[in-house]
Order: sequence, then structure tokens, then C-alpha cells
Amino acid sequence: MEKEHKEHLIPYGTYFLVWLSLISLTVLTVTVAGIELGRIALFVALAIAFVKSTLVVSYFMHIKFDDLIFRIFLLVALVTLASIFILTATDIFFR
Amino acid sequence: MENPEISTPIAISESEKTEQARHLSIPHQHKDAIGAKIGMWLFLFTELLLFGGLFLLYMAYRLQYTKDFVVAASELNLVLGTLNTIILLTSSLTMALSIAAIQRGKKKLSVAMLLATIGFALAFLVIKYFEWTAKFHHGIAPNSPELLSKPNGEIIFYGMYYSMTGLHALHVIIGMIILLFMLVFLLRGSISKNDYIKLENSGLYWHLVDLIWIFLFPLFYLLH
Repeated sequence: MEKEHKEHLIPYGTYFLVWLSLISLTVLTVTVAGIELGRIALFVALAIAFVKSTLVVSYFMHIKFDDLIFRIFLLVALVTLASIFILTATDIFFR
Repeated sequence: MENPEISTPIAISESEKTEQARHLSIPHQHKDAIGAKIGMWLFLFTELLLFGGLFLLYMAYRLQYTKDFVVAASELNLVLGTLNTIILLTSSLTMALSIAAIQRGKKKLSVAMLLATIGFALAFLVIKYFEWTAKFHHGIAPNSPELLSKPNGEIIFYGMYYSMTGLHALHVIIGMIILLFMLVFLLRGSISKNDYIKLENSGLYWHLVDLIWIFLFPLFYLLH
């Protein structure tokens, strides 16, 4: 139990590293936006945003260190959201 | 799970129990940190769907008016948008550090980090204010004649821009008020090393505000 308790104490340094990665990814996404990528530009921007949000959720929001139930909850919420998006997108494309 | 006394109720000795009671100020009060956190996450999912609906609308309109969106987005101030992104990311760091500090019983550091978070939130709103007023001066305000004279896609882009960043800014304001309350709780000692779930849940809310901005930023400022 003591070991489990210790795992919740994330070192300050970890948070700084996460922050540094987030800032670097922001610089990257702004730089990439200046390059003409055409159609994939949106997907590159969203992929970077997805990596950034994964970092925030995992470390700042502690999902990585919380009980499994939180990850299951999050997964259900995200799958729900993703299905709504996919279904709507298909509707728009095949109208 | 942060409160070891909750996960091992049987193993607690009598002396520890009285120690706990003193910390909680009300004897025999039952605290359920995991339950509180699950409740907070469930609330965050409703927020996710609230913004999700707007993102869905954005997707549908962007697919329909791709070119107009690019033209309209080029009017937005990329420097201020990037600056605000960095400010919000940094505020998330100070928020996480504030919780990390109180977990270690370092009250002063926790208070300082929380103050920094509130300061960054204020900075974000001030920049947003200047951004919006600059747009208004150029005649791009909701329902302004100049905006309405533009093509449909551009009107919709700005409609989405104002409603989504507006709703987000409202969340920043609410988050700031919540964090101010947490500051009072922290100073009064009702948030402490042994019971900091209130600060943790407020942190979750704050990080959600950051998360939404992480997606708003590329979708509005980084169109090419």
C-alpha cells in the first residue's frame, strides 16, 4: 500500500518535462502550419493536438496513475464522441 | 486513493484515528476521494459533449466551406493565439505543481503556484479581450454589416470563432473563480496534505479548459 501511495507523488521534474514537451509541440504545430501541406495539414495539426492532449490527460490529470476505472470511463466517453464524429462525417461525405 | 486511511480502514490504529479526526475537524466524517473524483470526471464528460457538439458543427461547416474558412482564418492574430496557448499550457503546469506541493505538505509553494495559475488565467483573458476588441474595430463583430457582407463561409467561421472561444473564455472565468475559492480554502487549511481532493478536482476542471484550447488553437488559428 505504501508503494502504491508513493506512485501518486509525481516528481516536480516530470511535470516540467511534460510542460517542455507541450511547448515544443506548440512551436512545432505553428511551424508546420507555415509549410504548404495541402490536405494533410489539418490531420497533422490534429495529430499534434492529440499528442498534446494525451500528455495533459496522462500526467497533469493523473489518468496514468489513477485506478483503471478512470481509464475505462474516459475510453467510453471518447469512443462515444468518436462515433458521433465518424457517423456525422460519413453522412456529410455520402449525402 | 490519495488518502491512505480510506484504502486501509481496518489497518488504522486508534491513535491514527484520532489524528485523522483532528485533521478533518469533524470527527467520524466520511470522505471518499475516489468517489469525488469519479463525480468530477463524469461532469467533465458532459463538458466534453458540450464542446464536442460545437466541434461537430465546426467539422460539418469546414467540410462545406473549406476555402472561406481559410480566408477568414487568415485575419486572426497568430502571435496572440500562440501566446495564449503557451500561457494556458504554463497555467496547467503551475496547477499541477500546486497539487504536487500540497501533497508534500508544502503549503506556501502550493499557494504560490495557485496564485500563478490564477494570474495566467487573467493574462489569457486580457489577451483574448484585446484580440476580440481589435476584431470589433475592424468591423468583424457578430451581426456587424461588414461581416454580413462577406461570403457565407466566412460569416459562419466567425460565428463559430466567437461562440467557441466565447464559451471557452466563460470556462476560463468560471475556472478562475473556482481557483480563487480554492486559494481561500488552502489559506484557511481546509485543503491540506491529508485532504486535497477539492484542489485536485478544480485542477481537473482547469486542465479540461486547457485541453479544449489545445484543439481550438489549430482549428481556428492554423488554417492555411
